[in-house]
Amino acid sequence: MSTKRNTFRHRTLPYLLIAPQLAVTLVFFMWPAAQAVIQSFEQEDAFGLSTTWVGFQNYQTLFADPEYLNALKVTVVFTLGVTAVSLGLALLLALAVDRMVKSATVYTTLLVWPYAVAPAVSGVMWWFMFNPTIGIFPYLLHMVGYDWNHGLHGTDAMILVILAASWNQISYNFLFFVAGLQSIPASLREAAAIDGAGPAKRFWTITLPLLSPTTFFLLVVNFVYAMFNTFATIHATTQGGPAGSTNILVYKVFNDGFIGLNLGSSSAQSVVLLFIVIALTVVQFAWVERRVQY
Amino acid sequence: MMRSILLGALLAGTALTSAQAKTTITWWHAMGGKLGDKLNQIVADYNKSQDKYEVVATYKGSYPETMTAAIAAFRAHQQPDIVQVFEVGTGTMMAAKGAIYPVYQLMKDMGAPFDPKGFLPAVVGYYTDTNGNMLSMPFNSSTPIFYYNKDVFKKAGLDPEVAPKTWDDVIADSKKIIASGAAKCGFTSAWISWIQTENLSAWHNRAIGTLENGFGGTAARLEYAKDDVLIRHWANLAQWQKDGIFEYGGPVGGNDAPPKFFSQECAMYMDSSAGRAAVIANAKDFQVGYGMLPYYQDVKGAPQNTIIGGATLWVLQGHPKEEYQGVADFLHYLSSPEVQADWHQFSGYLPITQAAYELGQKQGYYEKNPGSDVAIKEITLNPPTANSKGLRFGNYVQVRNIIDDEFQKLLGGQEDAKQALENVDKRGNELIAQFEAANK
Repeated sequence: MSTKRNTFRHRTLPYLLIAPQLAVTLVFFMWPAAQAVIQSFEQEDAFGLSTTWVGFQNYQTLFADPEYLNALKVTVVFTLGVTAVSLGLALLLALAVDRMVKSATVYTTLLVWPYAVAPAVSGVMWWFMFNPTIGIFPYLLHMVGYDWNHGLHGTDAMILVILAASWNQISYNFLFFVAGLQSIPASLREAAAIDGAGPAKRFWTITLPLLSPTTFFLLVVNFVYAMFNTFATIHATTQGGPAGSTNILVYKVFNDGFIGLNLGSSSAQSVVLLFIVIALTVVQFAWVERRVQY
Repeated sequence: MMRSILLGALLAGTALTSAQAKTTITWWHAMGGKLGDKLNQIVADYNKSQDKYEVVATYKGSYPETMTAAIAAFRAHQQPDIVQVFEVGTGTMMAAKGAIYPVYQLMKDMGAPFDPKGFLPAVVGYYTDTNGNMLSMPFNSSTPIFYYNKDVFKKAGLDPEVAPKTWDDVIADSKKIIASGAAKCGFTSAWISWIQTENLSAWHNRAIGTLENGFGGTAARLEYAKDDVLIRHWANLAQWQKDGIFEYGGPVGGNDAPPKFFSQECAMYMDSSAGRAAVIANAKDFQVGYGMLPYYQDVKGAPQNTIIGGATLWVLQGHPKEEYQGVADFLHYLSSPEVQADWHQFSGYLPITQAAYELGQKQGYYEKNPGSDVAIKEITLNPPTANSKGLRFGNYVQVRNIIDDEFQKLLGGQEDAKQALENVDKRGNELIAQFEAANK
């Protein structure tokens, strides 16, 4: 950092200035998080009438529970699926729009719209379209001989939630890709074209490497989105079923804690998630920010 | 993280407390839509009938949401006087000895008129302790019944006035219906856990778990996989699903089941007796017939009696005596024959007292409304046995999810019926053991 440092003459002023922000963080983030950590070492009845300190027992039970291990696996598949679909399609759309001269703004505007749809609403929409009894897609798929039923088949359910969760996110990724593409100097691509590189060659050797800061940023954002912000989508479509095949970690925390009132296990799961978030953040700041610079 | 959300739910709930000259009684419930309107009407009638107490009823969302809200409120000392809790929450409520005010105790302490013998045994049996004391006040109890499409039966050449009695009948009729093209599928069912599992065992007088299905204490464990009738039934359901005779309606309440019946895709349907109003409203193009749940005729002791579902009212601790006097007075009002008969006839829920049932008979309600007394006949068919008076396990809300999970695995061909039920026992008993440990 070579920027000039401004120093305050007053000693307490800086602390006063950040006090409101600190207070909010402490009350709404640190305190509940600390509560969750404490609760994760306890076994407690729903009403809080009897509390027993059980040490790491909740964690041991958790990692010995095949359902939890299944939820971990499901989360990995789901996160990779959502990230691949939403990044891939967004990049494709962005590349297409980048070639438009006059109509680019119109397409951009239209493609951003889905982002404004609340996840619960889009979840219900996808649920309707794919409903095995009344939906249009199962009806069409049936004509080509595929028996779609996400109420029974885990793979169908996984495809459904990946599509539903990706749909919103495509718009977001698309915007960043369009911006990223616009910042790549046209002269580089033109020079390559003059040297005889075809469109595919130009994409792989020039566009994609120069887009990598955007791509890496979006990768982390999409991981976090798929792991933590897709609760509404799951809740509105499959509710974790069938047989736990779309039961991602966040949804399991809700189900065990709020439906099952199993507070100890649910808190332990929250703490595990907390560590995953910390890990992702560290990766983003320490690794991605450093490596992907041109 | 958990607590902050719980606190939020609680703040939203306590905003309604108001200071008035009358003593305010708060009641949190889970009755939305038409049932909610009816409930509000009952409350308004009560408030008009006297001037000492003012009951304030608040809709708190679904059953699990209402229960969670009340528990969160209790933890923050802001609990309502009365909360409506669904039957699978009974184990949790009962174990919370310092949090609940048992209804029999409340009525005795407040000197309110209360006759436990006036209630239908099959209903209150679910909510009494081992000494026969009523812990909560039944409000809306239902039991599964059998619905069928008379028009489809006629088209298939079957007698529309005769409901199939046994599973053999159901399957024979289904095959005829499908072969004749009268409907695409034979039958569907709401609530796999409640109807095709718990009630199937009770209906065949088979144990669901040890210690009288959990009534004997928290040391009880599930024993679904020991019931050969249940194993056979689950195996049958999987086979019938494959053959197109049965269509699965989804987990928990089975949201996809009613549309299959209403659209005449499936000719027969099993659901709560409280679903009767919805069935009548939606079955616009066909006549509906009613019957008792089917049974396997070769099983000795079948049919026994069905078990109930629905919810009861729990009184929570931590309020001043004046409020409890009001609560006792209100509960007395709620169980009066007039209020009960009205609520039962409007909703399809069971009348909870003998007097309410007799009032309905005197009014000629059951003759005018065929099918409305099937539920009562089912629960009173035989005196309940240790196997058929209900079930009481901790963490049972989650156990129900496990039942759905394993049933889906069975239908998906990942395991057979015996394995599925063994897994229900294994996974369910782990949760029940945790509950036992947490409630020592």
